[in-house]
Amino acid sequence: MLVASQSLTAGAIAANFDTARPTVSKHLQILTECELLEQEYNGREVYYHFNPKKMKEIAEFIEPFRKMWDDRFNKLETVMKKYKSKK
Amino acid sequence: MERKTNIHAEDGKQELMITREFDLPQELLFKAYEDPEIVEQWMGTRVLKLENKKHGAYQFETTDPKGNKHGFNGTIHEVVLNQKITRTFEMENSSFGVQLEFLEFEKLTDDTSKLNMHVIYRSVEVRDQLLKLPFTQGINMAHNRIQDILNKLK
Repeated sequence: MLVASQSLTAGAIAANFDTARPTVSKHLQILTECELLEQEYNGREVYYHFNPKKMKEIAEFIEPFRKMWDDRFNKLETVMKKYKSKK
Repeated sequence: MERKTNIHAEDGKQELMITREFDLPQELLFKAYEDPEIVEQWMGTRVLKLENKKHGAYQFETTDPKGNKHGFNGTIHEVVLNQKITRTFEMENSSFGVQLEFLEFEKLTDDTSKLNMHVIYRSVEVRDQLLKLPFTQGINMAHNRIQDILNKLK
């Protein structure tokens, strides 16, 4: 989490890894597409900084799936309670 | 309101556990999976076939608001009355492939029960993609709504 507290250029980020620069660039590109990183242009340099809002969304990405099952099971419970009272 | 349905999905694992406690006796909870008419009511799907027995199979079909039909099917591997169903599940015409489901129906009290649904996917990637599916749809819907508003402004 290099970019947690500060904005860094791709070069500065790559310097922290034992990986080829194009690989790091590719990773940064993906993280940017996912909006986990935001790009800021300063002259010719591109600075990357962390987008905490998106991180929260990822932690919550399971919620719609849970909600779908919750709605389905609520329905099951209602249907079966009616079924029980009919008996 | 308390969260009745829980999803336990560990990072980097190709499985997840769905648990839910019901205000229903164990037998009634099981019946909700056994009786095709009841399955249709709570799943909101047409049941074309449901053979809850070893070597049995099931086939469901839903129609989306646009009128497109979506098929789901699977094979039943094991059924223990009121206790257990082991089956596969597959969304037809999708790239997700088949998943394995272990359903356990647990008695809590005479009037309450619990369902444990253990789902195993082919890979971590498949599981995560499936988990993100409704999320992605939500985002797309939001995007469509923004697009609609923008179109009206034009």
